[in-house]
Amino acid sequence: MASLQPTIRRVSLRRPRSAAAPADVAETVTEPVQQATFDDESLALDIAANDPIVAYLESASGAVELATLDLDSPALVELRANGITLVVPLVSNGELIGLLHVGRRRSDQDYSADDRRLLETLAAQAAPAVRVGQLVREQQAEMQARGRLEQELAVAQLIQQNFLPKELPQLAGWQVAAYYGPARTVGGDFYDFIELPDGRYGLVVGDVTDKGIPAAMVMAATRSVLRASAQRLQEPGAVLARVNDNLCPDIPENMFVTCFYGVLDPATGHLLYANAGHNLPLVRSGSESSELRATGMPLGLMPGMNYEECETTIALDATVLLYSDGLVEAHDPAREMFGTARAVEVLAADREAEPLIADLLGALESFGAGHQEQEDDITLVVIQRREAAPSSALADFELDSAPGHEREAMRLVGAALASSGLEPARLERLQTAVAEATMNAMEHGNGYSANRPVRVIVSLSESEAVVRIVDHGGDHAIRAAATPDIEAKLAGLQSPRGWGLFLIEKMVDRVDQHTKGSLHTVELAMLLKGGDDATDDA
Amino acid sequence: MQPTTLEANTRAVADGAVIDLRGEIDGSARDALTSAYDAAAGPGNLLLDFSQVDYINSTGIALIVGLLARARSDQRPVSARGLTEHYREIFEITRLSDFMTILAG
Repeated sequence: MASLQPTIRRVSLRRPRSAAAPADVAETVTEPVQQATFDDESLALDIAANDPIVAYLESASGAVELATLDLDSPALVELRANGITLVVPLVSNGELIGLLHVGRRRSDQDYSADDRRLLETLAAQAAPAVRVGQLVREQQAEMQARGRLEQELAVAQLIQQNFLPKELPQLAGWQVAAYYGPARTVGGDFYDFIELPDGRYGLVVGDVTDKGIPAAMVMAATRSVLRASAQRLQEPGAVLARVNDNLCPDIPENMFVTCFYGVLDPATGHLLYANAGHNLPLVRSGSESSELRATGMPLGLMPGMNYEECETTIALDATVLLYSDGLVEAHDPAREMFGTARAVEVLAADREAEPLIADLLGALESFGAGHQEQEDDITLVVIQRREAAPSSALADFELDSAPGHEREAMRLVGAALASSGLEPARLERLQTAVAEATMNAMEHGNGYSANRPVRVIVSLSESEAVVRIVDHGGDHAIRAAATPDIEAKLAGLQSPRGWGLFLIEKMVDRVDQHTKGSLHTVELAMLLKGGDDATDDA
Repeated sequence: MQPTTLEANTRAVADGAVIDLRGEIDGSARDALTSAYDAAAGPGNLLLDFSQVDYINSTGIALIVGLLARARSDQRPVSARGLTEHYREIFEITRLSDFMTILAG
């Protein structure tokens, strides 16, 4: 009877109509408190679990004359007060589940041995039937309660899903992927992409403390206020401050919202961001991992808060992961947390946006060994800066890694950019840099290996001519260009070599290097107009 | 290996020697440059004529540095002529021009 209230048993009694009425034989049933419904003739009797009458009746072997009992029992007092003279305990599996009780006989005579036998037989047959009835009713009540809960969860889920973006933004040169996995109890996670009037994009990831419908409602409100504020205000810090001031008066007590808000310029990779106490986004760039730090109080705690604003530029091929605590605070069966270190590890594999999300979920699954029910909502948003689409390339070719092939790279780059508007002297400098970078790629990147070609991609943006040279030496460290010292070289104190990277840096307006997986890319860019003369800064 | 693509011919002149260079100065030019310098042995100025050179890469610059170092220990002044505008700029950036006289044309 584990489902019965542990301390109280409620017994309904049918009240005898009158002392003169024929003997009433009525069923008395213990049942769970929450479903006790009685007609107007019923009387509910609470028998405390520690009432000595419980133990007495459980061990009684048949009908019991109440008059013979001498127990310090409140239930006994009440039974007597209701005119009950004889009870037969209904016992199932050694537990008292009800009482069959009768009042005084009409004749005022005592019950005969036959009467008692009849009552005992009745009780013995009624007990299992009553127990089955109780169990069915308990089950029904439980189902009803669970149904209400499920319904609430369904509503919370509906709100949640309705306020998550229906589609991902299409940003030229960017890969975007997002995942939202609600816990069974539905937390208050959310994410959003907000297209801003100036072509920039607002990136949002947030988490409402608490779960279910209240959290979903606060999430919906936060998202709406954030969307409205983002259209009016430029600075992410100001946007969060506005959202905070809006939320504070109405948010339920003990509830607050953590939220990261960044404004991304897709053209340049510039990201301006602020953070209201949310998990710090992770950035993977080249072989480095870092966090986007900015301080600020969660939203909805206190009005008048200021939010620190920070900025960064997402480099080509860099990956940014925005996430909720459902990721890093997931536990394994030994209660160890997944943690950011494991997320960083997964990021380090330098996968594309979609597979990266699959990898993160896979890592989470194998971490929890799949046995744990998901404790909290999990939100993952990945943005990756990628090369512009190949269609924008003026030339895209591969060269076998063999000495002298850098001349071919020079020639093809020269041909591709002949009518680009880049003035001839500057094109020549770019070509020299291309030759040097191609030599490095063939030698240091590919080890002059015949089956490892160097890929050269020439493209033109509004402001720059860009040449990307890709080799397979990604796992090698990228060496910084040391400034060669010609005096030391002439004196034999330094190798006469070592001019390559120095020349590259002097020749072009911009050099970037990055590594993705096994691929190492050197990006050389020349401004189409008004670039400084490299000799000026020599 | 890559075929040698530099011709370097040495001829004596009144105040020393001229090395006429033709082709590309890259890693493959090492032997040609070394022999040319050997052939120019003797006192006096050394003039490098680049007017038939269409490509010099960083390895080529290293070879020129090596040649300059030899001339320095032999106490021979070195000058260069026939450099295109582009390579003249590179000689300035690398400061090769601080250790040789760059002649116009």
